[in-house]
Amino acid sequence: MKKKHLFLKLFFTFLCLGIIGCASIPKGFLKPNEASLEKRQLQMRQYETTDEEQILTAVAGVLQDLGFNLDDSETKLGFVAASKKADATNTGQVFLLAFLGGANAVANADSSQVVKASVITKPSIDGKKIAVRVTFQRIVWNMNGQINRVESINDAEIYQKFYDSLSKAIFLEAHKI
Amino acid sequence: MKKLIKYCGISVILFYIAVLSGCATTAVKVFETNESQVKLRSMQTRAFDTIDKQKMMQTVISTMQDLEFVIDKADLTLGSISGSKFLGYAVVTMTVNVRPRSEKQLLVRANAQYGIESVEDVATYQDFFTALEKAIFLTAQQVD
Repeated sequence: MKKKHLFLKLFFTFLCLGIIGCASIPKGFLKPNEASLEKRQLQMRQYETTDEEQILTAVAGVLQDLGFNLDDSETKLGFVAASKKADATNTGQVFLLAFLGGANAVANADSSQVVKASVITKPSIDGKKIAVRVTFQRIVWNMNGQINRVESINDAEIYQKFYDSLSKAIFLEAHKI
Repeated sequence: MKKLIKYCGISVILFYIAVLSGCATTAVKVFETNESQVKLRSMQTRAFDTIDKQKMMQTVISTMQDLEFVIDKADLTLGSISGSKFLGYAVVTMTVNVRPRSEKQLLVRANAQYGIESVEDVATYQDFFTALEKAIFLTAQQVD
């Protein structure tokens, strides 16, 4: 009788393992969705100039002004990537966790973050303007050094701030697309 | 006492087996794929009737950005572009390679990873090439 029990247990363990193994990659994550046009408008601006190099230099300068370090670039493709470490402590969240779970729970609160920025410049189709598109991502760690969250940043204010600085840097008015 | 020693012996042997087999399998897993090399290559590759590598790469970058990827690396000489995007807690990374196929055609190869797994699904790659086709106004041709 006991042997049968053991067999059943083993059977279920393997079944579970099998199911976990199959629980796999979702479909359709490389399909453009309706939100992508909205995001493009948020992330993209056009400048009335044909001097791509000037724009790219200004982009690198602005990223440094905002405290980013440049990680990689390829001028011929109009590409600059940069990242920045920053504090991610949220007093409200710390208080809430302390209230609900005490000192141990506080260690799970957001503590630090790395923000990644990637900028692409490209001549417009008519060749008279330069389109700039920036995307931001961030990874948030808690006080134990574990990753709490990974996300794309879709906050309009952040993009606006970037383009305000960029416009100032190149003394040109940014035209919304 | 004898019984105890016997059990200890057995557990030590089991432990060794676990450790040794652990080492062997993880190292082998580096090159592991589920699909055959030919099949994988065919689902990840398309040919386009253009030789403008720079324009093709810029279009690939735009398409990836539309798909919410953040571009991490790009190199015109190598023709490679790498980007990443977040899906919930999972990180999707994708590398796209653009290289000349003949005097009239460019070859575009994309390969994606979802977390620690390689994406080996035909439909997923087809979605990407459909989006790329629309962006560059050219037909993506299947390569044998």
